[in-house]
Amino acid sequence: MPDSNTIIPAKEYTTLNLGPTHPATHGIFQNVLKMDGEIIIEAEPTIGYIHRSFEKLAERRPFYQITPITDRLNYCSSPINNMGWHMTVEKLAGIEIPKRVQYLRVIIMELSRISDHIICNSVIGVDSGAMTGFLYIFQWREKIYEIFEELCGARLTTNIGRIGGLERDFSPVAWQKLNDFLADFPAGLKEFDDLLVRNRIFMDRTIKCCPISAEMALDYGFTGPNLRAAGVDYDVRVINPYSSYDEFEFEVPIGTNGDTYDRFMVRDEEMWQSLSIIRQAIAKLDRLEDKTSIHADVPEFYLPPKEDVYNTMEGLIWHFKIVMGETTIPKGEVYHCVEGGNGELGFYLVSDGGRTPYRLHFRRPCFIYYQAYQEMVKGSMLSDAILTMSSMNVIAGELDA
Amino acid sequence: MSTEVTKLEGYEGPGFMATSLDKAIGLARKNSLWPLPFATSCCGIEFMATMASTYDLGRFGSERLSFSPRQADLLMVMGTIAKKMGPVLRQVYEQMAEPKWVIAVGACASTGGIFDTYSVLQGIDRIIPVDVYVPGCPPRPEQILDGVLKIQELVQNESLRRRNSPEYLEMLASYGIE
Amino acid sequence: MSELNNEFVIEHLKVKFGDAILSAEVLYDFLTVTVTNKEIFNVIQFLKSDETINCHFLTTMCGLHYPDAKESFGMMYQLHNMPDNYRIRLKVFSSDADPIFKSLTVLWPSANWMEREAYDFFGFKFEGHPNLRRILNMDSLEGWPMRKEFPLEDPFRMDKDDKMFGR
Repeated sequence: MPDSNTIIPAKEYTTLNLGPTHPATHGIFQNVLKMDGEIIIEAEPTIGYIHRSFEKLAERRPFYQITPITDRLNYCSSPINNMGWHMTVEKLAGIEIPKRVQYLRVIIMELSRISDHIICNSVIGVDSGAMTGFLYIFQWREKIYEIFEELCGARLTTNIGRIGGLERDFSPVAWQKLNDFLADFPAGLKEFDDLLVRNRIFMDRTIKCCPISAEMALDYGFTGPNLRAAGVDYDVRVINPYSSYDEFEFEVPIGTNGDTYDRFMVRDEEMWQSLSIIRQAIAKLDRLEDKTSIHADVPEFYLPPKEDVYNTMEGLIWHFKIVMGETTIPKGEVYHCVEGGNGELGFYLVSDGGRTPYRLHFRRPCFIYYQAYQEMVKGSMLSDAILTMSSMNVIAGELDA
Repeated sequence: MSTEVTKLEGYEGPGFMATSLDKAIGLARKNSLWPLPFATSCCGIEFMATMASTYDLGRFGSERLSFSPRQADLLMVMGTIAKKMGPVLRQVYEQMAEPKWVIAVGACASTGGIFDTYSVLQGIDRIIPVDVYVPGCPPRPEQILDGVLKIQELVQNESLRRRNSPEYLEMLASYGIE
Repeated sequence: MSELNNEFVIEHLKVKFGDAILSAEVLYDFLTVTVTNKEIFNVIQFLKSDETINCHFLTTMCGLHYPDAKESFGMMYQLHNMPDNYRIRLKVFSSDADPIFKSLTVLWPSANWMEREAYDFFGFKFEGHPNLRRILNMDSLEGWPMRKEFPLEDPFRMDKDDKMFGR
């Protein structure tokens, strides 16, 4: 029994600097942690280590030059960002997209959503020690890259599509690769599931690991798989459908207590749902009478194909006008959002009629929900904090922009 | 100037071989580089693809990634370096022990890339010396492997005295590194 | 449910706040309401707490700079009512050179970093913000980058020197 002469030392906390370069923080952000042994008392994040000032850059670039910038927001699923940006400009200009193009866009967006969730889920595995899942499932990601390469020439930062449609139709090779992927990927995803979903060690690591309640998630501006894991079924594709998503039947998976296991499972189930959406899109394309159109008839926005530019007068003039910014851009302000890999990716565009936007603001889901991280990890152990960070899928490009 | 695991040149006989120390150490070093992946943005994802099974950096001896600069040989800077990140990069470079090599992967690390803005460092060679530049935005995994192979060539042919030579020390001084 | 539309909201706002509502227009199906700086916090609080309007989710906010207008600096807020799928945009402008707005962090914790971003980019101060300092740019940066007069490119670039290109 301590008596009045015993001195009990005051509690000393250690300060641990996690990042900005750290194997587990996929992306660069720093957290200065105040720790009591293994438990985290407080976390203070610093971001901005990859701030590339997209919003300022966008004020100097005509609309087509902004597409490569949007690529580099959530670079794991760049086509979604590209399509979202093109749809924003199409909303501003009031362009109607043909059904065929909308279904093709859906296929591309769902493929990129699968590739984004593959990265997130396999990296949760890597951070808990399971390298094998990552190595196996990344081979399937190469197949998705091959399809993107066939469609637009690039693997990762795709810069795909045009305002008004797509730049080229899917070639027969692309169709064949897509069909092979749809036939073989389910087995690969099932193999990945078998490795982790009912794995005792993985479940012990991730269940009850930094849960978040639905109210807190909504207060912190969560959207996307992180919010759905907390139990709120908010999906932009269902609430504000774009590109004919209201014609597709898919389920929106939700979790119960918003912990790491729920986030993992929500993303896993979304991959299965994306496969189903792609199959439905292909079936709809087969039933459609229009088998050739790849763009809307908007010569002021859609760059003419090179054969026209070199051989016809109109093609040359329109190409020149669009590239040099001599076409009339409508004035107005518009907000358009799409369901990105991490949630509601919004574009707020103010146009004053000039060749570049007057103000372009990106509503970046990662930036908004990462604020909650310091609250979520209070009281948990360091290893849980690492897993939570990977499961929140914080992409540095979207965080800092 | 081939890049596979070459036979050492030297005087061979049954059960022995005589060669120069430079060549033996060069061969050993080049096939056992421990890279430090300093992955910041999109090029980092292409690096993950390079590390994965299809393109496998491990075939060239770089199976073990080191995230601690004290144990790494090769600093692979992949992605945009903002000015805020500059001091961190510099500190990581200084913490590495000689001999060390630096490869700048991607347009952003080489020259600032498409981001000609006030917040992006226009190329990491403003703050640290770079050995190999790999262009691309992002470069294909094959290009990244090509860059690593060129580093391996540099490693193999490097003289053991280079890191103490006056020219090298002068170059470091021009960056402000003691 | 079906009564929650733009006319309903404009009606209620005008009844409750009168002259503080400077303008209300519908742009691309999106109700955009401009409010005075004095009342913007109360308007947002009303939109959040009113049972029918129930805009419980803060979607985004950003700064605006119109150098040619009399009230050149502004903030844009977007709110969302998820169950009824209703969105509204609010704008507030100020003619000060260094505007001060009221912070929304008491209503939504997600406003914290978004206001720091607006401070970092434009120099707006937010009253009541717990930790107003730069978030994305370096602390040593002087000036407010997103203001129209701030140059985009690095002022210390050597290789864009006109002398070198013979201009």
